[in-house]
Amino acid sequence: MTDVAVDIRELTRRFGALTAVSQLTLQIARGEVFGLLGPNGSGKTTTIRMLCGLLDPTSGSATVAGIDIRTAPERVKMQIGYMSQRFGLYEDLSVAENLEFYGGIYGLRGTAQATRLAEVVAFLGLGNRMRQLAAQLSGGWKQRLALGCALLHQPPVLFLDEPTAGVDPAARRTFWSAIHDLARRGTTVLVTTHYMDEAERCDRLAMLSLGHLISLGTPAEVAQQVGGKTLEDAYIILQERDER
Amino acid sequence: MMPRFWPMVRKEFLQMRRDRLTLGLMFGVPVLQLLMFGFAIQTDVRHIPTVVVDESRTPESRDVIAALENTGSFRIVAHLDGRPALDAAFARGDAQAAIVIPNDYPRNLGRGTTATIQVIVDASDPLSSQSALAAAAGVGQARNLTILAAAAGRTSLPVDVRIRPRYNPGLRSPNYIVPGLVGVILTMTMVLITAMAIVRERERGTLEQLIVTPITKTELMLGKITPYIGVGLFQMTAVLVLGRFVFDVPLMGSLWSLYGVSLVFIVASLSLGLFISTLVRTQQQAMQLSFFFMLPTILLSGFMFPRQAMPEFFQWLGLLLPLTPFLEVLRGILLKGVGLGALWPQTLLLAGFAVGLITLAVRRFHKTLD
Repeated sequence: MTDVAVDIRELTRRFGALTAVSQLTLQIARGEVFGLLGPNGSGKTTTIRMLCGLLDPTSGSATVAGIDIRTAPERVKMQIGYMSQRFGLYEDLSVAENLEFYGGIYGLRGTAQATRLAEVVAFLGLGNRMRQLAAQLSGGWKQRLALGCALLHQPPVLFLDEPTAGVDPAARRTFWSAIHDLARRGTTVLVTTHYMDEAERCDRLAMLSLGHLISLGTPAEVAQQVGGKTLEDAYIILQERDER
Repeated sequence: MMPRFWPMVRKEFLQMRRDRLTLGLMFGVPVLQLLMFGFAIQTDVRHIPTVVVDESRTPESRDVIAALENTGSFRIVAHLDGRPALDAAFARGDAQAAIVIPNDYPRNLGRGTTATIQVIVDASDPLSSQSALAAAAGVGQARNLTILAAAAGRTSLPVDVRIRPRYNPGLRSPNYIVPGLVGVILTMTMVLITAMAIVRERERGTLEQLIVTPITKTELMLGKITPYIGVGLFQMTAVLVLGRFVFDVPLMGSLWSLYGVSLVFIVASLSLGLFISTLVRTQQQAMQLSFFFMLPTILLSGFMFPRQAMPEFFQWLGLLLPLTPFLEVLRGILLKGVGLGALWPQTLLLAGFAVGLITLAVRRFHKTLD
């Protein structure tokens, strides 16, 4: 496998007259924590959904872990873990039942499943919550459970769509240290966020506005590109320029 | 083969078990419906309220009134003085039938000319007036025969038509209604449950997470319906047991054939629900579409009204409903004791529905969000 985990070429998606993502070109290296930054409606979610096979691109192409998303979307699915913006697990099932279900769906059986489940549970500290119904978990614990389910099959690429929305700062910090742990072990992480402190923790960033890529680089480079002191300055300056 | 099928089944089963209200409805509703409709629905209308206007007031007139009352079709509620009172009783709805015996009835009878009596029924409800009409005609004919035979000096009748109602000698309504209810109850619950299945996951946002996994469309669909096959078989058993012991409905044929065909019917109904599920975007739409389908199922399948009486086009239309062939199988096995040897066309049709609908549902479903 090459060192490019996600290769996006002129990826475009239109919904009727609206162009949600326009001619996006990006390469994400293996083991990189890559941030997609931008306000609502900038095309972050649409981009991630196309890469996961949840939406078909209107034009352009992309490969994930070397597999073409247009010709082999089902093969891509074994290579990725995905966390949607909205909690997507079963609230009427317990933490353990959700994990077991997704373990089974990813083809884990018997002792292999038990071993892998134990690893993920230990990694995310879910041990004491196993018998609770997912509906009774707080935002932070729901998010950890969702990450756990996305990790069961040890995917080389993780797509996280605003994973920390509505989660308290302490839980966000633990979540991000888990993300960096995974990246150190070679997992590629593509994450969308609104939070500047989270954007600072990414290796590289792509800033999107109205479906266009408007800036790309390390957090410091993105800040510099517009002469802003901080990333937040850059974000606002770029945003205003793009909207004019 | 289909490695993700069983995890899917297990998950559906767990969710089903946790949803107490739906579970209660799934098991309570069939029992309640059977008891309610089993007792309530009677197709032979008897004892309809009848008024009498007897202008002659003679032993002969009383004799013919008694004969009519003895058929069981008429229940005499009042003796009235004349026509205006009769019309008023009909208008108020106090009476749905009337027996009018004119003044000259005994005289004409004695003279050997035609003596007339009149039976009037309220035919605004044709179904309920039918048995009264038949009973009145029967009484008239019996009287004529007795008188004519006596005049001709015969002690026996020249022709005796012997009627034998086969398969349901007592002409009991439950024998007809209960097997039908098995089919109707199964259709209602099976279609509705699965019609909600996919859209519910879509609305709750769990479908998005599920379709980014390598699960195949077939695994997803079959996994969704499998736990409900058990529910369907349980419902059917409950209805059959109650039908046997509360309503005394016979079970003439093979239980194995019955369960075999029912399994096919249940899968067909579940698949229909799944198909509906792929046509709609919200649970509300799924519910509306299911109900839209239910009315023709009850009216055109032969559950309530005989299909032979329908214009040919509607008989064909009825064949597009899985309940139609299933009713023939149910009545065939339960009442006639017929085996699958005679019922294979219906069974084949049901299998066609099952395979066709599930294929259609899988085809229509896409593992994307748009």
